[in-house]
This record gives sequence, structure tokens and C-alpha cells, in this order.
Amino acid sequence: MKKISFSTREKRREVLARLERFGLDLYEQLEKGIFPNITMPSRSIDNIYYSPELRQYVLGDKKIKRSASNIRHLRPFAQLVWMAFFTHELTQNQKTSTLRDVFYSAQAYDISFKDQDESDDIITDLETILGCTREDFNVFPEESSAVFGDLTIEYTIPNYEGKRLNLTSHPDGVMIGPALTSAEFIETSADKVIAIEKGGLFTRFIEERVHERFNAILVFLRGQAPRSTRYFIRRLNQELGLPVYIFTDADPWGMHIAMVIISGSANAAHIRELTTPDAKWAGVWASDIINYKLPSDKLEDIDVKRLHELMRDPRYKDELWQREINVFMRIQRKCELEAFSRYGLTHIVDKYLPQRLKDLED
Amino acid sequence: MKAISQTFQEISPADFFYRNREIAGFANPVRAIFSAIRELVENSLDATEPMGILPDIYIRLSNMSDEDENFYVLRVKDNGSGIPADYVPLAFCQFLFSSKYKLKQSRGTFGLGGTMTILYGQITTNKPVKVISSTGPPKIYEYTLMIDIQRNRPIVLDRRIYDNNDKWHGTIVEVNLEGDYPKAMPKILEYLKQTAIVNPYANITFVDPRGRLYKFERTVAKLPRQPRETLPHPHGIDVETVYRIIRITRCKTLLDFMQEHFHRVGKRTAQRFLEFAGFPEDADPKKLKPEEVVRLVQAMKNFNEFLPPDADCLSPLGEDILKAGILKELEPEFVAVTQRSPSAYSGHPFIVEVGIAYGGKIPVGEDLILYRFANKIPLVYDESGDVSWRIIKSINWRNYGLMPGMPFAVLVHICSTKIPWKTVGKEMIADRPEVSREILNGIRDVARQLGAYLSKKEKAKYEKTRLSIFAKYLPKIAEFSAKLAGKEKIPDIGELLRRARKIEED
Repeated sequence: MKKISFSTREKRREVLARLERFGLDLYEQLEKGIFPNITMPSRSIDNIYYSPELRQYVLGDKKIKRSASNIRHLRPFAQLVWMAFFTHELTQNQKTSTLRDVFYSAQAYDISFKDQDESDDIITDLETILGCTREDFNVFPEESSAVFGDLTIEYTIPNYEGKRLNLTSHPDGVMIGPALTSAEFIETSADKVIAIEKGGLFTRFIEERVHERFNAILVFLRGQAPRSTRYFIRRLNQELGLPVYIFTDADPWGMHIAMVIISGSANAAHIRELTTPDAKWAGVWASDIINYKLPSDKLEDIDVKRLHELMRDPRYKDELWQREINVFMRIQRKCELEAFSRYGLTHIVDKYLPQRLKDLED
Repeated sequence: MKAISQTFQEISPADFFYRNREIAGFANPVRAIFSAIRELVENSLDATEPMGILPDIYIRLSNMSDEDENFYVLRVKDNGSGIPADYVPLAFCQFLFSSKYKLKQSRGTFGLGGTMTILYGQITTNKPVKVISSTGPPKIYEYTLMIDIQRNRPIVLDRRIYDNNDKWHGTIVEVNLEGDYPKAMPKILEYLKQTAIVNPYANITFVDPRGRLYKFERTVAKLPRQPRETLPHPHGIDVETVYRIIRITRCKTLLDFMQEHFHRVGKRTAQRFLEFAGFPEDADPKKLKPEEVVRLVQAMKNFNEFLPPDADCLSPLGEDILKAGILKELEPEFVAVTQRSPSAYSGHPFIVEVGIAYGGKIPVGEDLILYRFANKIPLVYDESGDVSWRIIKSINWRNYGLMPGMPFAVLVHICSTKIPWKTVGKEMIADRPEVSREILNGIRDVARQLGAYLSKKEKAKYEKTRLSIFAKYLPKIAEFSAKLAGKEKIPDIGELLRRARKIEED
């Protein structure tokens, strides 16, 4: 059993300090009688670069300046300051809010957003300025995925603070929501993480006791993983030192689900702590369709188009990715995780999984 | 060649107009009642304004009897100079008798309209016309008259004389006629309203057969400049006119003749012209042969060195009066007017005046709104055939920040000694290049003024919005940054708001 150091409380203190510094900077500008301004990295396409060292997209050196003397900046400027204030309140009081909640909360302060997209955008601005994720200041998206496995956590949220939970407690898994995201990791017997795109397979894995047989923490991605889940996987990898294996459908979209966990997305280029560069795409590969004689479907035009895009994408330059893209192109077929059921419900767990994990560990 | 036996019958002018009454606007009962009102109102305006009198015109239209709705009594009263008693029968009941045969701008040309109204009344009702007039004390004369159509002579049925104790001067005409007021009503009211636009110095009162009162009140006590009579310009002359002048001239030489009888022809111009035309300077005009008269007229048209006609003979409204009329009747938010410099076509001087009115009570329609006037008379029929209509349809209004569907109206007034009518109906102005150029430039001028007004208004609105944005958001920024920083005191942003105002002014 590993014992882990506490991290989320420190993180919270740091986030609060950054928010306060942000406010103080504006306050001092106002006190000097000047129109306050904010400088932040530009998130426009021409300032997003792929960093091979970090193995993710990052922002370049271009900055944008928002000034309260500019009529077009005033509204988003005020929205941003309010957002900082509001999330400071959230974080300080250890309350959480969904993106939608934030949108509505603004109205109580006579700050208006014309729609949720606008408020989401201001939240992204705040992430960019502070250099941390919205989950750090307690704003979460609606959707959530789940985790199952032998990991004991300790809640840090009010009313549950200090309470511990083992993540095998519930057979459906435990939702990766705000409470779990901010929980401290206490101990685990697992030596790996297996992340699965689809709910059916996640349930099958629990039923087949994959967590015990393979000493694994199982994470259900629910398609393209939400940022809180990506952040959670990163913590499992970084804090617990667990290798991460990702299983998706064998098609360009499945590949990309794995890739976003590994190297992040261009949309999150302003954030550094969402990626798990050492995670591995464990399948289902295009070559598995041939080797395991899996039932498959023909690639659609849109799949082929996507494959062409991925082929040029700097995140896909490694040998495994290029090889599998080429196989896809050659066989013009794709298949789903469930395709293994052709050989019986337990085939994937009994045969495919042990072999693949063994291959990748070597 | 076979000889044909024909009966030639000379017809009198009255007979001619009787047979061709549609050309004077009396084709049917609807149009006739409109034209009757229009002719008498215009006579009244011409009896007042040129004499320096601010017009007071009272119009009453009533049913002749309760039984028949299609017969009316039309009574029009003015405060004009009145008509000398002896001239009343001829002035009203003989065609082509008029005080208007001189060359200056006036509403009617031949005094035809008033007599036509009486003729029409007579042939539809077989009733006489009553004319009451006084040129001032001591007497008022009342005539009851009919027209002898075949002989073009007035018949005086009755003549009464009253004491004029109230120092009244003016004329009252009371005529019986067939008409269709319900159908004509919209055009009549439109005509009166538009008359009020170009005659804001007049009081016009109209009581209709149902007793409804329409009042168009005077808002300016100033009359337009009066036209001065001028000689004909050589470019606008024809053979018959030259003959008439030859008949009355006392000049012994063509050199004198040209200077004496034509507009803006001095000695040097006359000499150069006669040389151009190939006539000796000392030729006797009375001895010109018919073919020489024709050659002289042709030469006058082709000689390019005559000075252009001057506009003394014209009586434009002037920008102030036009503006006052528009403000009074259309009640817009904004008005711009312009008077173009005098110009001429074929020797006839003219002046174009243009106005544009925006907002206020100007309605929003699908199409453009155009008001047309000629010699201070509104033209309410046949809009789409008019040169002004073609021009306003061809303008790209977007260049001026305008588009059809916005509340604006264009007014075009042309005044001339000879309006370039398109048809004998006198409702449409013809497309003469000299005229249409002035109309186009005039419209562009006022459209630019309106465009400037609108963009200024837009800017003021923007500025207000802009400042309200500062006023809304700066306090929020101050409040939330203070709270974030954990400060009790919220920074004072008064100075920043003052500077926000200055940024725009700079």
C-alpha cells in the first residue's frame, strides 16, 4: 500500500492567492487613476504550437491586452473581474458550480452573459490568466465519468472533509465529480490504470473483476473525456505513479479520445496540467482487426478525411500512431470495442487484455 | 381629283373647350369636382399673392339639394384685390380673356380654368354662376352669369350693387356642378394639404358637404418675391410671336427691334446676331417677307451667344417659406431645403426648389414619398410619369444612409414662365435634360444634408451608449477588484468616467 502526500489543499491555497493577486493588480491600477488593463497570452490559432518536449499544445508568446479604456473591452473586462471574484468566493467557501450555474449566477450581480458560450469563454480567459484549470477554482462541466478500483480517497469538501471512501464501494463505479476531483489520494494497491471509452465494457470489466485480476483502477471515459477526468487520470499517473492504458474503438475518433488524454487538445493549450504524456493507447488497433479477425465496418468518407488530418497532426508523429493510421487506410475498416463479443463475452478479458498489457509493459 | 362638298363651321373658343373638356381636367364627375376646387383656389391665390395680400381662402362645398347627392354648390371666397365691376362678366364667362397674357410666372396661363369650371357647372346643372366682387369701398357687385357657348359671350342674368361698409375686397364665386365628392375626397384633401405646404402664408379653410371642417393655417406672414414681367427670350420664340411683335412694334430697324423686344439683348449682341443671321442692321422689320421671318426665328434658336434668361420673372418660394410649409403640414423631425440657381431650357427660365423631410409624422411606406409642385401648384395625379419620380427611383439612397421604407419624403418644386409639361393634362413634368439635371442635383443636395443629420444623430446616440457602457462597467470592475484584493474602500472612478467622455471629444 502506497501512502501519498496531500496535494489538493495546497493547490486551493495557491489558486486563491493567484485570484487575489489578480484583483490587487487591478485595484492598484485604479487607485493610480489609470484605466486598468490585463495582459494575457493570446489563444488565437496563430499562437498555438505543439511542444514536442511537453508533448502537448502550448500557447506561443503572443499576448493580448484588454483595457478598460476600450469600449469593446469593457464588458468582457467586467465579466472577467466578476468571474475572478465569483470563483474566489466558490473556492474559499469550497462550493462548486457547474458552467451553467456560473452563467445564471452572474445575473444576481447585474453582470450579464448573452449565453453560456460567452460565460464559458470568460472562464477560459480566467484559466489562461491564472494558468490553472477551472476545476481548480471549483467550476465543473455537467458531464461526468466514473472510476472503480482499489483506491482510498479522503474528501476535502465541506461536510465530508476527512471522510474516506474506497472506490470499490459501489459496483457502478464512483462518479468523477467535484468532490472526487478535489479529494486527496490516501492509498491504493493498484499498479495500473485502465481507461475505457465505453460504458458497456467498463461494466463488463467490473463484472469480470479486471481490477483484481490486473491490479487496475478502471476509469470510464464516456467518449471524449471531460477535463476533470483527464485531470483525474493525470493525478493517478503523477501522484501515484501508475501507468495508464487506454482502450477505445478502432477508428480515428477512438484514437483521438486516447490522444487527448495523452497530449491534450488545442482548445486547452493554455493549460499545462491536463495531459498524461506517458499514457498509452492500448487498443483497439487497426491491426487488431486483422490479427484477431474482428467483425468490422467499412470506413466512411468522414473517417477517411479524419485519418488524413490525424496523419499530419504533430501529436501523431510517433511510430505506433503512424503505423495504425496506415493500417486503417490500407484495410479501410473500423470496429468497436464490443466486436470481441463475437468470441464470447469474456474473450476480451481472458485473451486480448492480458496479451496486450504484457506487450506494452515489455 | 374629286371635289368634295364640306360644311365648314367656325367654332368659338367656348365651344372648343366644351367639346374637349377632358383636356382641362373635367372628364368625369370625380375629376371634375377636384378640378373645379383646384381652379377656383388657384384663381384666388393669384388674386391675392401677386398683389402683396396674404391669402385668406374659404371653400365650401355643399349638396345642391337633399334629393340628389351628385349635385353640389361650390363657393370659394378670397380676400384678393377684386375685379373691377365692368370686367366681371368677361373675366368669368369668356374664354381666353385673362389678365395673364404676359411673360411672368403665374399659376394659370390663360385664365382658362375658372371659366372652364363655370362652363362645366352650366352644362351639368343648367344653372348660372354667381360672382360677388369688390375692389374695395364704396360698392360690392353681385353678378348672376351664364356663358353663351356658341358665341363665347357672357350673359348677364342679374346684377346687384351693395354698399361696402366693411371695407371688404375680394371675390366670391358660387358655382353649381355635378360631381362625386366621396370618390374625389382623398385627392381633394391631399391637394389642399400640399397647397398649404407651398403656400404657408395662406389661410385655407374647407368645409365639405358633410360639414367637416379642414383648416390649413398660415404660419408665415411673408410672401414669396413677386415676379417681374419680362420680354421673351430669343431662344423661346416662334414665328407667330414674332409676327405679333412686328405688328405692334414702332422700331424702324432690326437692330432696334432686337434690343427693344427681346430679353437680355443689348446692342452688341444684336449686332453679332444679325451678322450671324445674315440680315442688315437697318432692315425694316415690318417689311420682312414671310420666309425671312422664318429664317430670323431659326437663327434666333441657333445663335449661341444670347445671354441666358434671368430669373426676375420667376417667383420661387424661397428656402424659408418652403421649409415653413413642410414643417407646418408634414411635421417632420428634420427638414432640409435647397433652391437651385436659375437655369433655362429653350429660352425659358426656371428654378428648381427641393426639400426633404424625415421622421416625425412622415409615414413609413413601402415606396418613396414624393410631393411635386409646379408654379406653387401641387401635382397629385400621374406621379409615376413625372421626371422627378424617375429621378428619385434612380438614386441610390443608401449612399445617403437612407433606404425606401425609412420615413422620408422628397419635395420638388419647379417654377418657370413655361413649365415643361409632358402632356396637356398638366400633371407631369417632362424629362428635359436641363430640368432633370437641376432636380437631380437638388435632391442630392438635400439628401446629403439629411444623411449628415442622420449620421450626426447616430453618432450622438452611439456616444450616449458608449458613456453608458463606461458608467455601467467601470464601477463593476472597481467593486469586484476591490473585493478580490480584500480592500474595504472601492476606488473612485469619477475621474476615469470624466476622461472617458473626453476620449470621444478628442
